[in-house]
Amino acid sequence: MRPFTYERATDARTAVGAVSRPGAKFISGGTNLLDLMKLDIERPGHLVDISRLPLRDIEELPDGGLRIGAQAANSDVAADARVRTRYPVLSQALLSGASGQLRNKASTGGNLLQRTRCPYFYDTAAGCNKRNPGSGCSAIGGFNRIHAILGVSDSCIATHPSDMAVAMTALEAEIELLGAEGSLRRVAITDFYRLPGDTPHIETVLRPREMITGVDLPPPPPGRQLYRKVRDRASYEFALVSVAAIVSTDQGTINQARVAFGGVAHKPWRSIEAEAALTGRPATMATYRAAAVEAMRDAVGQGHNNFKIELAKRTLCRTLAQLARES
Amino acid sequence: MIGQALNRVDGPLKVAGLAPYAYEHWEAGQPLYGFIVGATIGKGRITRIDTEDAEHAPGVRMVMTHHNAPAQGIRDESIPFEYWRAQPVLTSPDIHHYGEPVALVVAETFEQARGAANLVDVEYARGPGRFDFAAFEDEAYVPKVVNAGLPTDTAVGDFDTGFNTAAVKVDERYTTPYEFSMPMEPNACLVVPRGEDLTVYVSSQIVDAAHASIANTLRIDPARIHIIAPYVGGGFGSKLGIHAETILAALAARALSQPVKVALTRQQIFQMVGMRTTSSQRVRLGAGRDGRLAAIAHDVTMHTNPDMEYAEQTAATTRSLYAAPHRLTSHRLTPLDLPRGEDVRAPGEAPGMLAVESAMDQLADELGMDPVELRIRNEPTVDPERGVPYSDRHLVDCMREGARRFGWERRPATPASVREGQWLVGYGMAAAIRGHFQAPTTVRVRVAADGTAVVQTDMTDIGTGTYTILTQVAAEGLGLPPDRVRIELGRSELPVSWGSGGSWGAANSSTAVHRACASLREKLLDAAGSDTRSPLRGLDLADAVFSDGNVRVDGASEALSEIVERHYPDGVEAEGETRFMGDDPNYTDYSIHTYGAHFAEVGVDADTAEIRLRRMLGVFSVGRVLNPKTARSQLIGGMIWGASAALEEEAVVDPRSGAFVTRDLAHYLVPVHADIPDVDAVVLDGYDDKANILGAKGVGELGICGAGAAVANAVFNATGVRVRDFPITLEKVLPGLPPMGI
Repeated sequence: MRPFTYERATDARTAVGAVSRPGAKFISGGTNLLDLMKLDIERPGHLVDISRLPLRDIEELPDGGLRIGAQAANSDVAADARVRTRYPVLSQALLSGASGQLRNKASTGGNLLQRTRCPYFYDTAAGCNKRNPGSGCSAIGGFNRIHAILGVSDSCIATHPSDMAVAMTALEAEIELLGAEGSLRRVAITDFYRLPGDTPHIETVLRPREMITGVDLPPPPPGRQLYRKVRDRASYEFALVSVAAIVSTDQGTINQARVAFGGVAHKPWRSIEAEAALTGRPATMATYRAAAVEAMRDAVGQGHNNFKIELAKRTLCRTLAQLARES
Repeated sequence: MIGQALNRVDGPLKVAGLAPYAYEHWEAGQPLYGFIVGATIGKGRITRIDTEDAEHAPGVRMVMTHHNAPAQGIRDESIPFEYWRAQPVLTSPDIHHYGEPVALVVAETFEQARGAANLVDVEYARGPGRFDFAAFEDEAYVPKVVNAGLPTDTAVGDFDTGFNTAAVKVDERYTTPYEFSMPMEPNACLVVPRGEDLTVYVSSQIVDAAHASIANTLRIDPARIHIIAPYVGGGFGSKLGIHAETILAALAARALSQPVKVALTRQQIFQMVGMRTTSSQRVRLGAGRDGRLAAIAHDVTMHTNPDMEYAEQTAATTRSLYAAPHRLTSHRLTPLDLPRGEDVRAPGEAPGMLAVESAMDQLADELGMDPVELRIRNEPTVDPERGVPYSDRHLVDCMREGARRFGWERRPATPASVREGQWLVGYGMAAAIRGHFQAPTTVRVRVAADGTAVVQTDMTDIGTGTYTILTQVAAEGLGLPPDRVRIELGRSELPVSWGSGGSWGAANSSTAVHRACASLREKLLDAAGSDTRSPLRGLDLADAVFSDGNVRVDGASEALSEIVERHYPDGVEAEGETRFMGDDPNYTDYSIHTYGAHFAEVGVDADTAEIRLRRMLGVFSVGRVLNPKTARSQLIGGMIWGASAALEEEAVVDPRSGAFVTRDLAHYLVPVHADIPDVDAVVLDGYDDKANILGAKGVGELGICGAGAAVANAVFNATGVRVRDFPITLEKVLPGLPPMGI
């Protein structure tokens, strides 16, 4: 770990001012950043601790939605009665991630910004365009079992590791950002994340010094919600593939569907193709299979991760079937 | 006392954080911290190493490279056991494997040392490295011997004829991956120089090996080296020998005349400590329709580092497991530029039984026979390769008892036939067998005039329960309550043992303590019997009973402390020992093993192929159990590792660089609690009078033997999919599952 200075921000506006120092970075729960600093992957010279900012509340919005403060702990969000009843897919996603201890420390904003778990990103001796732009992608042609099958580029095949963000994508969450000049702006979560392209080191549309202050959930869409995570062990492991699905049916016909995948791309992957293939169709396995085919139409394997294409299809079908059974 | 479930006597210290591990001793004050820089190529040479920036970083006291490292001893192959040999580091610019130490940075704080380590600038000339096992498997050679001095190849009868004429044949290949021991406590060392002497606090399984290895490497008088290892946070083989952390801490401490400590990070352990070799195994079984084996062959190819040969005895257990007139076993090695292979829990049996017990399950399936019945039909009467009787073989008892307790009769006879909701459910079983070893150990037991006893040996407690079982053996041997017995372990000034490893530690040290106590009893009875002041004088002391701190004969009684105080006011002591097994005729005249049977139930998600263990039972025969609590802990730990080997564990090498890609516990998966819902171990009552006078045998490694195969066989029973490349991750099962929604 390289030497760094530290300060604790007392309010949001001074925080974005303080992070203007060269090499400065925000720190919240630190569950990802500290590991990366120890491994010499992140090298901030100054840390601005925003974990104690008064951004921990979960509040009702006038439109019937819910606002989650950026510093609300993952475990608090998962346990919130309003989240559990109105946004169960989010609570399920949060509880499927990490461990109890980590969820207690990890913040909502930090979860959105966690870095990939690509092992080559973690190895400073390996080429990685995300860690060291221009140094190449070691995962292409390397060990890429956990890597992306959708939206990849020749520069990067990493996945975004968050479960929470997948559920928020299905819920069409909006992210509130406080700019360096004190101005607020809001970005839809699907626009917040970028595909790797030839700049995989730029993962979001976050501007320099901008800080996430909260996440707004619109009123829950009609229908039932479910998060299904497939992984190599029963707990404390990232998704090979996950699905967040929200489906509303009327007399056996799907009238609205939201589908987002985790573990398959550089960002939480909203599948409008699957949604289109479901909407207006009968809630049957044939429909689910057709939607799964559409969702994975452009999927490409890298060798070790080829199985993810079939696994994603199966996981979607299974999730949709389970939603139908329970409705 | 022996056989009681005494709580760990060191438990309170451990849960209170008062049991110091190697990195946590502060007697010598504030140490300096060393951090190792590892090579970032897999094969080649250092062409330039620039340490200037690191040397000028805050707090840095020294940067050691091959340019300024002191001359060291060489690995002397004439020293019979490798862990006693020198382990030189930073000896040349040559790089033999990825992660090999190229520099040590010593600074005033750990953070400074680690930060400065990033500033060491190394340029390399890459050489052509061999990193891909599959690519070089065909170039394997024949090692002279395999681990533990066992023969490389064996042959009995006429295998080809036996196999070719068999009615039912199995001929399959299996692969097992690189695996690491990864104890909770990393390899760590603190070295304190005092004049010419070095006090070495080290995480070591064998104090005598660490002692000799440091002396041989530093080329100094062994009497100048003082090893202290009272508590060790797990070993599993990875601390049988010392590694770079210990030698580098010692070299730096001597050079700076200050205490220096070095611990490996979790990532470094994957590059600097040896691992279980990867293997490719061919198993051939030829049987009659009645299930009786006519021929069994187990041919294994593994990797080895070219400079430090290590041949895991992966086919060796097959020599003693089942009866068959025609038999073959062989071991081959292909050199790869990777860290060397080392002993990892149950070297040989763990990967070997995965293959053989999977093959037996396949044979049972092809015969339409119950897997337990198939094994019972192949139970040998004598060791089929050595021709000597077994000492105390209860494999069939373990299988029968396990089947009864597990409800084996509910096993689905047809694979892929039971579904509970989303889960395809299957049962599997496998046999367990492991050779029992005996090694030389000396202990000293001393009774003070106050009637308290102390046991002294350089034996270690690596979390297994040595402190507790030796307390029990000494308490029983001297008739003292356990709180009047103290155990001193893990120091090189104490009588020498072979430490903890090979599951020999408990039986060796307990037997030696038992003998020392017998000698003490004799001394004390001799003293009392001829002492006019003793109420025991003149009685027939052959029937004397030592209990509750007293010596009793025919209603007469005297306190042990009184006898000691009168005759040995400064205390009395005796030594006890065990011999090397080669010098003990029982180990030549009998085939001495431990046994078990594993039963597992798994659920496999019918859509996603996620495999989840539902329950697991092991029934074992290990001779006499010294402490059921610590023994059970060892056995279930092994079983869990077996489940891990079946389903999760795999260290992956990138064949382009020679680096382990999965080099932390986020990428190298081991089970979490949720993966292990219900695991139990049951031990049959027993006493192996050929093993030693206590009738006790090792348990530390038996639990893993065959455990993974039981899980793998359950996966087959659940799905009808037989996976032979371990671990069984979901993508290997997925193609064999029915399509969705049919």
